[in-house]
Amino acid sequence: MTLSTAPAPLPVEPPSGCPFDPPAALGALRTEQPISKISLPDGSWAWLATRYADIRAILGDTRFSSDTTVHGYPLSGMTGGANTDNRGFIRRDPPEHTRLRRMVTREFMVKRVEALRPEIQRITDELCDAMERRAGQDVDLVEELALPVPSLVISLLLGVPYDDHAIFQRLTGTLLSRTVPDDERETARLELRDYLDRLVTAKEADPGDDILGRLIVEQQRTGEITHDEVAAFAALLLIAGHETTANMIGLSALTLMRDEESAERLRQEPALIRGAVEELLRFHSIIRNGPRRVATADIEIDGHLVRAGEGVVVAVASANRDESVFADADRLDVCRPNAQHHVAFGYGIHQCLGQALARVELQVVIGTLLRRFPTLRPAVPLEKIPFRTDMSIYGCHALPVTW
Amino acid sequence: MKITLDADKCCAAGQCVLIAPEVFDQRDEDGVVVLLDAEPPAEQHDAVREAAAICPAAVIEVHA
Ligand code: HEM
Repeated sequence: MTLSTAPAPLPVEPPSGCPFDPPAALGALRTEQPISKISLPDGSWAWLATRYADIRAILGDTRFSSDTTVHGYPLSGMTGGANTDNRGFIRRDPPEHTRLRRMVTREFMVKRVEALRPEIQRITDELCDAMERRAGQDVDLVEELALPVPSLVISLLLGVPYDDHAIFQRLTGTLLSRTVPDDERETARLELRDYLDRLVTAKEADPGDDILGRLIVEQQRTGEITHDEVAAFAALLLIAGHETTANMIGLSALTLMRDEESAERLRQEPALIRGAVEELLRFHSIIRNGPRRVATADIEIDGHLVRAGEGVVVAVASANRDESVFADADRLDVCRPNAQHHVAFGYGIHQCLGQALARVELQVVIGTLLRRFPTLRPAVPLEKIPFRTDMSIYGCHALPVTW
Repeated sequence: MKITLDADKCCAAGQCVLIAPEVFDQRDEDGVVVLLDAEPPAEQHDAVREAAAICPAAVIEVHA
Protein backbone atom coordinates (compact mmCIF):
# COMPACT_ATOMS: atom_id res chain seq x y z
CA MET A 1 0.00 0.00 0.00
CA THR A 2 1.30 3.48 -0.76
CA LEU A 3 0.52 6.48 1.35
CA SER A 4 0.39 10.11 0.27
CA THR A 5 2.65 11.05 3.18
CA ALA A 6 4.88 8.43 4.75
CA PRO A 7 3.85 7.85 8.36
CA ALA A 8 6.29 8.60 11.18
CA PRO A 9 7.80 5.82 13.28
CA LEU A 10 6.43 4.90 16.71
CA PRO A 11 7.35 7.78 19.06
CA VAL A 12 9.60 6.59 21.90
CA GLU A 13 11.33 9.63 23.39
CA PRO A 14 9.69 11.19 26.45
CA PRO A 15 9.28 14.98 26.35
CA SER A 16 12.59 16.66 27.22
CA GLY A 17 12.96 17.15 30.97
CA CYS A 18 9.90 14.94 31.70
CA PRO A 19 11.23 11.38 31.77
CA PHE A 20 8.05 10.14 33.44
CA ASP A 21 5.72 11.17 30.65
CA PRO A 22 5.01 9.14 27.53
CA PRO A 23 6.19 10.64 24.22
CA ALA A 24 4.36 13.93 23.60
CA ALA A 25 3.44 12.84 20.07
CA LEU A 26 1.25 10.08 21.53
CA GLY A 27 -0.81 12.64 23.46
CA ALA A 28 -1.26 14.73 20.32
CA LEU A 29 -2.36 11.70 18.32
CA ARG A 30 -4.80 10.67 21.04
CA THR A 31 -6.72 13.92 20.75
CA GLU A 32 -6.30 14.58 17.04
CA GLN A 33 -5.95 11.24 15.32
CA PRO A 34 -6.58 8.40 17.75
CA ILE A 35 -6.24 5.75 15.04
CA SER A 36 -3.21 6.59 12.89
CA LYS A 37 -0.46 4.89 10.97
CA ILE A 38 3.19 4.39 11.86
CA SER A 39 6.08 3.16 9.78
CA LEU A 40 8.09 0.19 10.99
CA PRO A 41 11.89 -0.16 10.64
CA ASP A 42 11.64 -2.44 7.56
CA GLY A 43 9.58 0.14 5.66
CA SER A 44 6.19 -1.50 6.24
CA TRP A 45 3.46 0.21 8.25
CA ALA A 46 0.97 -0.61 11.00
CA TRP A 47 -2.02 1.03 12.63
CA LEU A 48 -1.36 2.79 15.93
CA ALA A 49 -4.14 3.07 18.54
CA THR A 50 -3.73 5.66 21.30
CA ARG A 51 -7.14 5.98 22.99
CA TYR A 52 -8.28 3.93 26.01
CA ALA A 53 -11.63 2.83 24.53
CA ASP A 54 -10.12 1.80 21.18
CA ILE A 55 -7.29 -0.08 22.85
CA ARG A 56 -9.70 -2.05 25.04
CA ALA A 57 -11.80 -2.78 21.96
CA ILE A 58 -8.79 -4.09 20.03
CA LEU A 59 -7.20 -6.13 22.82
CA GLY A 60 -10.62 -7.47 23.84
CA ASP A 61 -11.41 -8.75 20.33
CA THR A 62 -9.80 -12.09 19.46
CA ARG A 63 -10.19 -11.37 15.75
CA PHE A 64 -7.07 -9.29 16.40
CA SER A 65 -4.58 -12.13 16.50
CA SER A 66 -1.44 -12.47 18.66
CA ASP A 67 -0.07 -15.17 16.37
CA THR A 68 3.24 -13.98 14.94
CA THR A 69 2.97 -16.51 12.10
CA VAL A 70 -0.25 -14.98 10.72
CA HIS A 71 0.43 -13.11 7.51
CA GLY A 72 0.76 -9.38 8.14
CA TYR A 73 1.73 -9.57 11.82
CA PRO A 74 3.82 -6.43 12.52
CA LEU A 75 7.07 -8.17 13.44
CA SER A 76 9.44 -5.44 12.33
CA GLY A 77 10.89 -3.54 15.28
CA MET A 78 9.62 -6.06 17.75
CA THR A 79 11.98 -7.29 20.41
CA GLY A 80 11.92 -10.10 22.96
CA GLY A 81 10.48 -13.37 21.76
CA ALA A 82 9.52 -12.13 18.31
CA ASN A 83 10.78 -15.37 16.80
CA THR A 84 8.12 -17.51 15.27
CA ASP A 85 9.47 -21.01 15.82
CA ASN A 86 8.55 -22.58 19.14
CA ARG A 87 6.96 -19.41 20.50
CA GLY A 88 5.24 -19.17 23.87
CA PHE A 89 1.48 -18.78 24.34
CA ILE A 90 1.79 -14.98 24.41
CA ARG A 91 2.15 -15.29 20.62
CA ARG A 92 -0.73 -17.73 20.07
CA ASP A 93 -4.51 -17.59 19.71
CA PRO A 94 -7.32 -19.71 21.16
CA PRO A 95 -7.81 -22.60 21.39
CA GLU A 96 -4.03 -23.24 21.72
CA HIS A 97 -3.54 -20.11 23.81
CA THR A 98 -6.28 -21.12 26.25
CA ARG A 99 -4.98 -24.68 26.55
CA LEU A 100 -1.39 -23.63 27.25
CA ARG A 101 -2.17 -20.64 29.47
CA ARG A 102 -4.40 -22.78 31.67
CA MET A 103 -1.48 -25.12 32.35
CA VAL A 104 0.12 -22.35 34.41
CA THR A 105 -2.71 -20.04 35.55
CA ARG A 106 -3.01 -21.74 38.95
CA GLU A 107 0.67 -21.01 39.62
CA PHE A 108 -0.02 -17.27 39.46
CA MET A 109 -3.48 -17.04 40.97
CA VAL A 110 -4.11 -14.56 43.75
CA LYS A 111 -4.06 -16.95 46.71
CA ARG A 112 -0.92 -18.73 45.53
CA VAL A 113 0.86 -15.41 45.18
CA GLU A 114 -0.45 -14.14 48.54
CA ALA A 115 1.06 -17.24 50.12
CA LEU A 116 4.43 -16.18 48.67
CA ARG A 117 4.28 -12.74 50.27
CA PRO A 118 6.38 -13.71 53.36
CA GLU A 119 9.05 -15.21 51.09
CA ILE A 120 9.09 -12.10 48.90
CA GLN A 121 9.38 -9.99 52.07
CA ARG A 122 12.29 -12.13 53.29
CA ILE A 123 14.13 -11.78 49.96
CA THR A 124 13.53 -8.02 50.00
CA ASP A 125 14.70 -7.68 53.62
CA GLU A 126 17.93 -9.53 52.93
CA LEU A 127 18.73 -7.30 49.98
CA CYS A 128 17.89 -4.24 52.09
CA ASP A 129 20.19 -5.51 54.88
CA ALA A 130 23.00 -5.66 52.33
CA MET A 131 22.18 -2.12 51.20
CA GLU A 132 22.18 -0.86 54.81
CA ARG A 133 25.69 -2.17 55.31
CA ARG A 134 26.77 0.23 52.57
CA ALA A 135 25.31 3.35 54.19
CA GLY A 136 27.19 6.49 53.19
CA GLN A 137 28.12 5.15 49.75
CA ASP A 138 26.19 5.57 46.53
CA VAL A 139 24.27 2.41 45.75
CA ASP A 140 22.69 1.48 42.41
CA LEU A 141 19.13 0.62 43.38
CA VAL A 142 18.55 -1.22 40.09
CA GLU A 143 21.51 -3.54 40.64
CA GLU A 144 21.03 -4.03 44.38
CA LEU A 145 17.26 -4.33 44.69
CA ALA A 146 15.03 -3.70 41.66
CA LEU A 147 16.53 -6.47 39.50
CA PRO A 148 17.37 -9.10 42.13
CA VAL A 149 13.91 -9.23 43.75
CA PRO A 150 11.91 -10.32 40.67
CA SER A 151 14.86 -12.31 39.40
CA LEU A 152 15.21 -14.31 42.65
CA VAL A 153 11.44 -14.80 42.86
CA ILE A 154 10.91 -16.05 39.31
CA SER A 155 14.02 -18.28 39.51
CA LEU A 156 12.64 -19.82 42.69
CA LEU A 157 9.16 -20.35 41.20
CA LEU A 158 10.45 -21.86 37.97
CA GLY A 159 13.18 -23.89 39.62
CA VAL A 160 16.02 -22.16 37.75
CA PRO A 161 19.35 -21.97 39.62
CA TYR A 162 19.73 -18.35 40.72
CA ASP A 163 23.45 -18.64 40.09
CA ASP A 164 22.56 -18.50 36.41
CA HIS A 165 20.82 -15.12 36.72
CA ALA A 166 23.74 -13.25 35.18
CA ILE A 167 23.32 -15.32 32.01
CA PHE A 168 19.67 -14.63 31.47
CA GLN A 169 19.89 -11.02 32.63
CA ARG A 170 22.48 -10.40 29.93
CA LEU A 171 20.47 -12.32 27.33
CA THR A 172 17.10 -10.71 28.11
CA GLY A 173 18.83 -7.32 28.11
CA THR A 174 19.97 -7.95 24.54
CA LEU A 175 16.65 -9.46 23.50
CA LEU A 176 14.63 -6.49 24.72
CA SER A 177 16.90 -3.81 23.30
CA ARG A 178 15.60 -1.77 20.40
CA THR A 179 19.08 -0.63 19.42
CA VAL A 180 21.14 -3.82 19.17
CA PRO A 181 21.53 -5.09 15.60
CA ASP A 182 19.20 -7.93 14.56
CA ASP A 183 22.03 -10.46 14.22
CA GLU A 184 23.16 -9.79 17.78
CA ARG A 185 19.61 -10.28 19.03
CA GLU A 186 19.38 -13.51 17.06
CA THR A 187 22.63 -14.76 18.66
CA ALA A 188 21.22 -13.97 22.12
CA ARG A 189 18.00 -15.79 21.26
CA LEU A 190 19.88 -18.91 20.21
CA GLU A 191 22.07 -18.74 23.30
CA LEU A 192 18.99 -18.51 25.54
CA ARG A 193 17.39 -21.38 23.63
CA ASP A 194 20.45 -23.59 24.21
CA TYR A 195 20.60 -22.64 27.88
CA LEU A 196 16.91 -23.46 28.41
CA ASP A 197 17.24 -26.65 26.39
CA ARG A 198 19.96 -27.86 28.78
CA LEU A 199 17.97 -26.70 31.79
CA VAL A 200 14.83 -28.57 30.73
CA THR A 201 16.88 -31.69 29.96
CA ALA A 202 18.36 -31.58 33.47
CA LYS A 203 14.92 -31.12 34.99
CA GLU A 204 13.47 -34.00 32.99
CA ALA A 205 15.90 -36.27 34.82
CA ASP A 206 15.15 -34.68 38.18
CA PRO A 207 11.97 -32.56 38.16
CA GLY A 208 11.72 -30.44 41.29
CA ASP A 209 8.68 -29.15 43.14
CA ASP A 210 8.44 -26.01 41.01
CA ILE A 211 6.63 -24.73 37.90
CA LEU A 212 8.94 -26.36 35.35
CA GLY A 213 9.02 -29.61 37.34
CA ARG A 214 5.22 -29.72 37.47
CA LEU A 215 4.96 -28.97 33.73
CA ILE A 216 7.31 -31.87 33.04
CA VAL A 217 5.53 -34.34 35.32
CA GLU A 218 1.92 -33.37 34.62
CA GLN A 219 1.99 -32.15 31.02
CA GLN A 220 5.09 -33.39 29.24
CA ARG A 221 5.09 -36.96 30.60
CA THR A 222 1.40 -37.29 29.78
CA GLY A 223 2.04 -36.22 26.21
CA GLU A 224 0.23 -32.86 26.41
CA ILE A 225 3.35 -30.86 25.56
CA THR A 226 6.84 -31.50 24.21
CA HIS A 227 10.30 -30.80 25.58
CA ASP A 228 10.51 -27.74 23.33
CA GLU A 229 7.19 -26.46 24.64
CA VAL A 230 8.42 -26.72 28.24
CA ALA A 231 11.44 -24.66 27.15
CA ALA A 232 9.08 -22.12 25.53
CA PHE A 233 7.19 -21.77 28.83
CA ALA A 234 10.51 -21.23 30.61
CA ALA A 235 11.62 -18.57 28.11
CA LEU A 236 8.32 -16.69 28.31
CA LEU A 237 8.08 -16.74 32.10
CA LEU A 238 11.73 -15.81 32.59
CA ILE A 239 11.68 -12.90 30.19
CA ALA A 240 8.22 -11.62 31.14
CA GLY A 241 8.72 -12.06 34.87
CA HIS A 242 12.05 -10.40 35.11
CA GLU A 243 12.68 -7.02 33.56
CA THR A 244 9.07 -5.83 33.81
CA THR A 245 8.78 -5.75 37.60
CA ALA A 246 12.41 -4.64 37.91
CA ASN A 247 11.76 -1.53 35.86
CA MET A 248 8.53 -0.77 37.69
CA ILE A 249 10.43 -0.94 41.01
CA GLY A 250 13.11 1.47 39.79
CA LEU A 251 10.68 4.01 38.34
CA SER A 252 8.33 3.77 41.32
CA ALA A 253 11.14 4.34 43.81
CA LEU A 254 12.39 7.30 41.81
CA THR A 255 9.00 9.01 41.53
CA LEU A 256 8.30 8.51 45.25
CA MET A 257 11.74 9.90 46.17
CA ARG A 258 10.78 13.02 44.20
CA ASP A 259 7.28 13.27 45.70
CA GLU A 260 7.80 13.61 49.46
CA GLU A 261 4.12 14.33 50.10
CA SER A 262 2.92 11.04 48.56
CA ALA A 263 5.79 9.13 50.17
CA GLU A 264 4.93 10.48 53.62
CA ARG A 265 1.26 9.67 53.12
CA LEU A 266 2.12 6.05 52.28
CA ARG A 267 4.49 5.82 55.26
CA GLN A 268 1.70 7.02 57.55
CA GLU A 269 -0.95 4.80 55.98
CA PRO A 270 0.62 1.64 54.54
CA ALA A 271 -2.86 0.37 53.62
CA LEU A 272 -2.76 2.90 50.77
CA ILE A 273 0.20 1.13 49.13
CA ARG A 274 -2.02 -1.32 47.24
CA GLY A 275 -3.84 1.49 45.46
CA ALA A 276 -0.60 3.42 45.02
CA VAL A 277 0.87 0.46 43.13
CA GLU A 278 -2.07 0.53 40.69
CA GLU A 279 -1.50 4.24 40.15
CA LEU A 280 2.24 3.72 39.63
CA LEU A 281 1.47 0.99 37.08
CA ARG A 282 -0.89 3.37 35.27
CA PHE A 283 1.44 6.34 35.46
CA HIS A 284 4.58 4.55 34.25
CA SER A 285 3.08 2.04 31.78
CA ILE A 286 6.47 0.54 31.08
CA ILE A 287 5.50 -1.53 28.01
CA ARG A 288 6.40 0.87 25.20
CA ASN A 289 6.59 -1.18 22.01
CA GLY A 290 3.14 -2.77 21.85
CA PRO A 291 1.29 -5.00 22.52
CA ARG A 292 0.83 -5.82 18.83
CA ARG A 293 -1.83 -7.68 16.87
CA VAL A 294 -2.78 -8.54 13.30
CA ALA A 295 -6.39 -8.28 12.09
CA THR A 296 -7.86 -11.58 10.84
CA ALA A 297 -11.03 -9.94 9.49
CA ASP A 298 -12.02 -6.50 8.25
CA ILE A 299 -12.86 -4.67 11.46
CA GLU A 300 -13.96 -1.09 11.94
CA ILE A 301 -12.30 0.74 14.82
CA ASP A 302 -13.39 4.28 15.55
CA GLY A 303 -14.42 4.90 11.95
CA HIS A 304 -11.32 3.34 10.38
CA LEU A 305 -11.50 0.08 8.49
CA VAL A 306 -8.68 -2.20 9.57
CA ARG A 307 -8.40 -4.90 6.92
CA ALA A 308 -7.55 -8.53 7.45
CA GLY A 309 -3.77 -8.92 7.33
CA GLU A 310 -3.01 -5.41 8.61
CA GLY A 311 -0.94 -4.95 11.75
CA VAL A 312 -1.92 -2.97 14.84
CA VAL A 313 0.30 -1.52 17.57
CA VAL A 314 -1.48 -0.35 20.71
CA ALA A 315 0.08 2.29 22.96
CA VAL A 316 -0.96 1.31 26.48
CA ALA A 317 1.09 4.19 27.88
CA SER A 318 -1.16 6.57 25.96
CA ALA A 319 -4.40 4.82 26.98
CA ASN A 320 -3.36 5.20 30.61
CA ARG A 321 -3.09 8.97 30.19
CA ASP A 322 -6.48 9.26 28.48
CA GLU A 323 -8.29 12.16 30.16
CA SER A 324 -11.70 10.74 29.31
CA VAL A 325 -11.00 7.93 31.78
CA PHE A 326 -8.40 9.34 34.20
CA ALA A 327 -9.01 12.90 35.40
CA ASP A 328 -5.84 15.00 35.46
CA ALA A 329 -4.16 11.98 33.90
CA ASP A 330 -0.61 13.37 33.85
CA ARG A 331 -0.60 13.73 37.62
CA LEU A 332 0.54 10.91 39.91
CA ASP A 333 -2.25 10.60 42.47
CA VAL A 334 -1.56 7.69 44.81
CA CYS A 335 -5.20 7.79 45.98
CA ARG A 336 -6.78 7.87 42.49
CA PRO A 337 -10.08 5.99 42.86
CA ASN A 338 -10.13 4.29 39.44
CA ALA A 339 -6.40 3.62 39.04
CA GLN A 340 -7.00 -0.13 38.65
CA HIS A 341 -8.81 0.55 35.36
CA HIS A 342 -5.35 0.96 33.80
CA VAL A 343 -4.26 -1.23 30.91
CA ALA A 344 -0.60 -1.45 31.95
CA PHE A 345 -1.05 -5.25 32.07
CA GLY A 346 -2.88 -5.23 28.76
CA TYR A 347 -6.51 -6.22 28.31
CA GLY A 348 -8.37 -9.22 26.90
CA ILE A 349 -7.40 -12.86 27.17
CA HIS A 350 -3.67 -12.13 27.02
CA GLN A 351 -3.81 -9.80 30.00
CA CYS A 352 -0.68 -10.34 32.08
CA LEU A 353 -0.53 -13.77 33.66
CA GLY A 354 1.96 -12.57 36.28
CA GLN A 355 0.00 -9.51 37.41
CA ALA A 356 -0.80 -10.78 40.91
CA LEU A 357 2.87 -11.58 41.41
CA ALA A 358 4.02 -8.23 40.04
CA ARG A 359 1.57 -6.44 42.36
CA VAL A 360 2.79 -8.23 45.49
CA GLU A 361 6.46 -7.70 44.55
CA LEU A 362 5.82 -4.00 44.06
CA GLN A 363 3.77 -3.65 47.25
CA VAL A 364 6.45 -5.39 49.32
CA VAL A 365 9.43 -3.57 47.84
CA ILE A 366 7.87 -0.11 47.91
CA GLY A 367 6.53 -0.59 51.44
CA THR A 368 9.91 -1.82 52.65
CA LEU A 369 11.87 1.00 51.02
CA LEU A 370 9.56 3.65 52.49
CA ARG A 371 9.83 2.12 55.95
CA ARG A 372 13.50 1.23 56.09
CA PHE A 373 15.01 4.06 54.03
CA PRO A 374 12.87 7.13 54.79
CA THR A 375 15.64 9.51 53.66
CA LEU A 376 16.39 7.67 50.39
CA ARG A 377 17.20 10.07 47.54
CA PRO A 378 18.81 10.01 44.10
CA ALA A 379 22.59 10.49 44.32
CA VAL A 380 22.71 12.29 40.96
CA PRO A 381 20.52 14.94 39.31
CA LEU A 382 17.63 13.70 37.16
CA GLU A 383 19.47 14.54 33.90
CA LYS A 384 22.23 12.12 34.89
CA ILE A 385 19.91 9.13 35.29
CA PRO A 386 20.09 6.88 32.21
CA PHE A 387 16.49 6.23 31.11
CA ARG A 388 15.72 3.25 28.91
CA THR A 389 14.49 4.99 25.77
CA ASP A 390 16.37 2.31 23.82
CA MET A 391 14.35 -0.56 25.28
CA SER A 392 10.90 -2.06 24.73
CA ILE A 393 10.41 -1.89 28.49
CA TYR A 394 10.87 1.60 29.90
CA GLY A 395 12.68 2.30 33.15
CA CYS A 396 16.17 3.32 34.32
CA HIS A 397 19.31 1.43 33.34
CA ALA A 398 20.79 2.48 36.68
CA LEU A 399 19.54 4.49 39.66
CA PRO A 400 22.28 5.71 42.01
CA VAL A 401 20.80 6.47 45.44
CA THR A 402 22.00 7.57 48.86
CA TRP A 403 20.36 8.08 52.27
CA MET B 1 -28.32 -7.84 42.18
CA LYS B 2 -27.74 -11.17 40.48
CA ILE B 3 -24.39 -12.21 38.98
CA THR B 4 -23.82 -14.72 36.20
CA LEU B 5 -20.48 -15.88 34.84
CA ASP B 6 -19.30 -17.11 31.48
CA ALA B 7 -16.39 -18.99 33.08
CA ASP B 8 -15.29 -20.67 29.83
CA LYS B 9 -13.95 -17.28 28.75
CA CYS B 10 -12.07 -16.67 32.03
CA CYS B 11 -8.32 -16.03 31.62
CA ALA B 12 -7.65 -16.18 35.38
CA ALA B 13 -6.20 -12.70 35.63
CA GLY B 14 -7.59 -12.62 39.17
CA GLN B 15 -8.65 -8.97 39.21
CA CYS B 16 -12.17 -9.79 40.46
CA VAL B 17 -10.68 -11.58 43.47
CA LEU B 18 -8.60 -8.54 44.32
CA ILE B 19 -11.59 -6.22 44.06
CA ALA B 20 -14.41 -8.35 45.58
CA PRO B 21 -12.86 -11.27 47.49
CA GLU B 22 -16.13 -12.05 49.24
CA VAL B 23 -17.91 -12.60 45.95
CA PHE B 24 -15.26 -14.14 43.68
CA ASP B 25 -12.62 -16.81 44.14
CA GLN B 26 -10.36 -18.85 41.82
CA ARG B 27 -10.57 -22.62 41.59
CA ASP B 28 -7.47 -24.52 42.64
CA GLU B 29 -6.90 -26.50 39.43
CA ASP B 30 -6.53 -23.61 37.02
CA GLY B 31 -7.38 -20.27 38.63
CA VAL B 32 -10.69 -19.96 36.77
CA VAL B 33 -13.27 -17.77 38.51
CA VAL B 34 -15.76 -19.26 40.97
CA LEU B 35 -18.77 -17.40 42.31
CA LEU B 36 -18.98 -17.41 46.11
CA ASP B 37 -22.17 -15.38 46.26
CA ALA B 38 -24.44 -14.99 43.23
CA GLU B 39 -26.71 -12.50 45.00
CA PRO B 40 -24.37 -10.45 47.15
CA PRO B 41 -25.60 -7.92 49.74
CA ALA B 42 -25.84 -4.23 48.90
CA GLU B 43 -22.48 -3.29 50.43
CA GLN B 44 -20.77 -5.48 47.80
CA HIS B 45 -22.54 -4.01 44.78
CA ASP B 46 -20.02 -1.28 43.96
CA ALA B 47 -17.12 -3.71 44.17
CA VAL B 48 -18.94 -6.22 41.95
CA ARG B 49 -19.67 -3.58 39.32
CA GLU B 50 -16.03 -2.52 39.44
CA ALA B 51 -14.90 -6.14 39.00
CA ALA B 52 -17.23 -6.55 36.02
CA ALA B 53 -15.92 -3.34 34.44
CA ILE B 54 -12.29 -4.36 34.86
CA CYS B 55 -12.55 -8.07 33.95
CA PRO B 56 -10.29 -8.42 30.89
CA ALA B 57 -12.33 -11.21 29.34
CA ALA B 58 -15.79 -9.76 30.04
CA VAL B 59 -16.79 -12.85 32.00
CA ILE B 60 -18.90 -11.21 34.71
CA GLU B 61 -22.45 -10.19 33.97
CA VAL B 62 -24.38 -8.13 36.51
CA HIS B 63 -28.18 -8.12 36.37
CA ALA B 64 -30.03 -5.36 38.21
C1 HEM C 1 4.94 -4.67 36.34
C2 HEM C 1 5.20 -5.77 35.75
C3 HEM C 1 4.55 -6.27 34.49
C4 HEM C 1 3.95 -5.61 33.45
C5 HEM C 1 3.77 -4.11 33.28
C6 HEM C 1 3.49 -6.61 32.51
C7 HEM C 1 2.80 -6.33 31.35
C8 HEM C 1 2.25 -7.28 30.51
C9 HEM C 1 1.42 -7.00 29.34
C10 HEM C 1 1.06 -5.61 28.83
C11 HEM C 1 1.04 -8.19 28.80
C12 HEM C 1 0.12 -8.40 27.59
C13 HEM C 1 0.84 -8.71 26.32
C14 HEM C 1 -0.12 -8.84 25.13
O1 HEM C 1 -1.31 -8.54 25.23
O2 HEM C 1 0.34 -9.22 24.04
C15 HEM C 1 1.64 -9.23 29.59
C16 HEM C 1 1.53 -10.57 29.35
C17 HEM C 1 2.18 -11.54 30.07
N1 HEM C 1 2.92 -11.37 31.24
FE1 HEM C 1 3.29 -9.63 32.17
N2 HEM C 1 3.83 -7.84 32.98
C18 HEM C 1 4.47 -7.69 34.19
C19 HEM C 1 4.96 -8.68 35.01
C20 HEM C 1 4.90 -10.02 34.74
C21 HEM C 1 5.39 -11.05 35.61
C22 HEM C 1 6.02 -10.84 37.00
C23 HEM C 1 5.19 -12.24 34.99
C24 HEM C 1 5.54 -13.55 35.60
C25 HEM C 1 5.77 -14.61 35.10
C26 HEM C 1 4.54 -11.95 33.70
C27 HEM C 1 4.16 -12.88 32.76
C28 HEM C 1 3.38 -12.60 31.64
C29 HEM C 1 2.94 -13.62 30.69
C30 HEM C 1 3.22 -15.11 30.76
C31 HEM C 1 2.18 -12.96 29.71
C32 HEM C 1 1.49 -13.59 28.50
C33 HEM C 1 0.04 -13.79 28.81
C34 HEM C 1 -0.78 -14.31 27.63
O3 HEM C 1 -0.40 -14.12 26.48
O4 HEM C 1 -1.82 -14.92 27.89
N3 HEM C 1 4.39 -10.59 33.60
N4 HEM C 1 2.36 -8.65 30.65
